[in-house]
Amino acid sequence: MKARVIVTLKGGILDPQGKAIEGALKSLGVEGVGSVRQGKVFDIEIEADDQQAARERLGEACRKLLANMIVENYSVELV
Amino acid sequence: MRAVVILFPGSNREGDVARALHQASGVHPVILRHDEPELPVGTDLVVLPGGFAYGDYLRCGAIAARAPVMDAVRRHAQRGGLALGVCNGFQVLCEAGLLPGILMRNADLRFICRMQHLRVENAETRFSSAYARGQVVKVAIAHGEGNFVADEATLERLEGEGRVAFRYCDAAGRLGGAANPNGSIHDIAGVYSERFNVLGLMPHPENLIDPLVGGIDGRGMFARLMAA
Repeated sequence: MKARVIVTLKGGILDPQGKAIEGALKSLGVEGVGSVRQGKVFDIEIEADDQQAARERLGEACRKLLANMIVENYSVELV
Repeated sequence: MRAVVILFPGSNREGDVARALHQASGVHPVILRHDEPELPVGTDLVVLPGGFAYGDYLRCGAIAARAPVMDAVRRHAQRGGLALGVCNGFQVLCEAGLLPGILMRNADLRFICRMQHLRVENAETRFSSAYARGQVVKVAIAHGEGNFVADEATLERLEGEGRVAFRYCDAAGRLGGAANPNGSIHDIAGVYSERFNVLGLMPHPENLIDPLVGGIDGRGMFARLMAA
């Protein structure tokens, strides 16, 4: 099964990289850019009996390693 | 006092730490690889050195914190054993859950390498008793991710329990503004664990042990640790 895990910074956590990208987009003249927050995407091939089991394994992966729950949230998409 | 320095792939300050420990004790510390499941019997102090363990992949310290040797370090700390994490070692201790909070990218996005003043906030621990509370010391900093972040409840607990070890300051001990190099909340440069047996700090006291390289303000920490 293929999955996409998305890790994002929680609201209120300063994201200097996002800010720098936001500034660069504005200076490039891309119109309408309000704000940018940078995150991470992991495309994962995972074996599991069903979608529920896959979600549980991926949740475990996030909590154990992929996300630092102090400052990050994660979401899982099965594709 | 028997000291062990942990070597991860990508550590690069283990020699500096070993030199400081040797200077303080006359004994060369054991350098232990990341894949060892146990610490040598009789280990009193574990030092996690600076560097870029596992290339800082994913998050600084994240993969090193899950290396086999860290289970042994965790058991050592739970027994009340001493552990010191410098720079990348501090990041590893936070990711391993041995210290609270996380070190994020510096607020101005720059890698900072320079001398920095620190104010000693707690001089009553095994690490800091050579200093006086409020004393200003000069050490080196060299990091890109030293911006300490913790939630409000954690900060309150750290402050209330005297677990802030050092704060960034200027030469006169003043906090804030340009004296804070990386945006750390409450100007925090280092923190202790609940039982004060684990210390993590971004600056490099191990590099300030010789007048030839700019000062000896770091000596006190190693001298007291190794004298015990």
